[in-house]
Amino acid sequence: MDALLNLLEENALATHETLAAQLNTTPDEIRKHIKQLEKDRVILAYKAIVDDERAKRTHVKAVIEVRITPEREGGFDRLAHRIAQYREVQSCFLMSGGFDLLVFIEGNTLQEVAGFISEKLSTLPGVLSTATHFNLKTYKQQGVLRQKPETEQRLQISP
Amino acid sequence: MHLPVSTVPATSPNDFVAEHVRGIPRSGIRDFFEIVQSMSDVISLGIGEPDFVTPWHIREAAIYALERGKTGYTSNLGLLRLREAIAEYVSTTYHVSYDPTTEVLVTVGVSEALDLALRAILNPGDEVLYHEPCYVSYSPSIALAHGRAVAISTREADEFKLRPAALKAAITPKSKVLLLNFPTNPTGAVLTARELEEIAAICREHNLLVITDEIYSELSYAEPHTSIASLPGMRERTIFLHGFSKAFAMTGFRIGYACAPAPLIDAMMRIHQYGILCAPIISQEAALEALRHGHNDMLEMREHYRKRRNFLLYAFREMGLPCFEPRGAFYLFVGIKPTGKSSHDFAMGLLKQEQVAVVPGTAFGASGEGYIRCSYATALEQLEIAAPRIARFVGKL
Repeated sequence: MDALLNLLEENALATHETLAAQLNTTPDEIRKHIKQLEKDRVILAYKAIVDDERAKRTHVKAVIEVRITPEREGGFDRLAHRIAQYREVQSCFLMSGGFDLLVFIEGNTLQEVAGFISEKLSTLPGVLSTATHFNLKTYKQQGVLRQKPETEQRLQISP
Repeated sequence: MHLPVSTVPATSPNDFVAEHVRGIPRSGIRDFFEIVQSMSDVISLGIGEPDFVTPWHIREAAIYALERGKTGYTSNLGLLRLREAIAEYVSTTYHVSYDPTTEVLVTVGVSEALDLALRAILNPGDEVLYHEPCYVSYSPSIALAHGRAVAISTREADEFKLRPAALKAAITPKSKVLLLNFPTNPTGAVLTARELEEIAAICREHNLLVITDEIYSELSYAEPHTSIASLPGMRERTIFLHGFSKAFAMTGFRIGYACAPAPLIDAMMRIHQYGILCAPIISQEAALEALRHGHNDMLEMREHYRKRRNFLLYAFREMGLPCFEPRGAFYLFVGIKPTGKSSHDFAMGLLKQEQVAVVPGTAFGASGEGYIRCSYATALEQLEIAAPRIARFVGKL
């Protein structure tokens, strides 16, 4: 059900009726498919994408490049899982190139983020080094532009 | 000193207007448009253009062209690089080959290409056959080129296809051109390869030239699109018209093209070079980018249209107005005869009572009576609001 996933990725709040009409099926079928996708953890969660600036949040966001030592048998996975568990970590990816893990973190204050890096992340056995980059401004997140597109300019009726 | 007053009787400015122009009615869409403009909170399903903005990389190519100072004229025929890209695209997509140096002409939209084609080939009084309901400009364009417009009605029972028997019945010794538009605006009808074969055979038998407007051809939802130009013996008697507006959401760029045997393109080019000179260079650069890298954007937009079509079809079925499932383009041509209303009254009532704009079928020719055209080149969120409003309106009738 790739088509269903595409529609949900655009708008997870679409009603079962609307989804069914677009995909030429019934609301019951849609309900069943979504349940299955959730059960199989194909769909991990539904969340709102929030503009922190407009929400007047003063979160501190940073991206950390982390170099780690792969372990015998576990490779990168065990340590990556340990890092990913922290509440501060929003996303964690294994990367190719000059470092191993790319870790997206969020905290309430600069101190909180700095403390997490210096006290928790850097001290984990197997972590060789970290390089931290702080977010200054957001232009687009998760495929959504921050700036509102201009209002519709089309003629109301055209041939 | 006073000049002597002329003795010629006073005339109204209207008397200066040429007779064949005076005979051309204002577009029925125009009047409706003005009423819609005066209202607020209208959801419009009356728009004949994509609701997507031109994909960013195509807009960026136009900006880059400006930055590089590409602001001059191009060859009358259009940039050779663009014509080469068009020839290659037409060859791989429609399976008919044209020489980019002599058989491709870049125009200001398909509208200009159609006008050029008609003016290049019609002698006064020549008959042009076309299927109806159809795009609003066909009949006026034929009249402006001093031809005689001969409409052939198509019916919902035939899935709005042009039937060979109907075509044959309309042919007279004065018939010179058959104008085709499949997928069709406003019905979404298509012709299969086999059905086109039958039409092509009649054209060969009666020595008709075919002008085929394939502006919606990428937006085919069922069987893959076949162009009549690709059928045996048809390339030599076909002017193939296409453009970028619908498939790549580039209506405002005003860019299209014609492909035909060299003598026909040469004739069209002679009108084009004096009337237009060339299509805007910025639009040509953008069109080149669309052909080179726009394929995936087109596929993505088509998927959106397909889903919205399904949504609207379902909505109309639910409200007891089942309609023909369009196989292409982005319009639903909904029969409203069961409501007992005329197209005009239905559209006007829906607009006034529920603030939903649709186009009365009669805007597309007399055979559109009893229908309304709903465009699904409209965001799903808008369709979701419009559908219950239409249902409420229909329920009260």
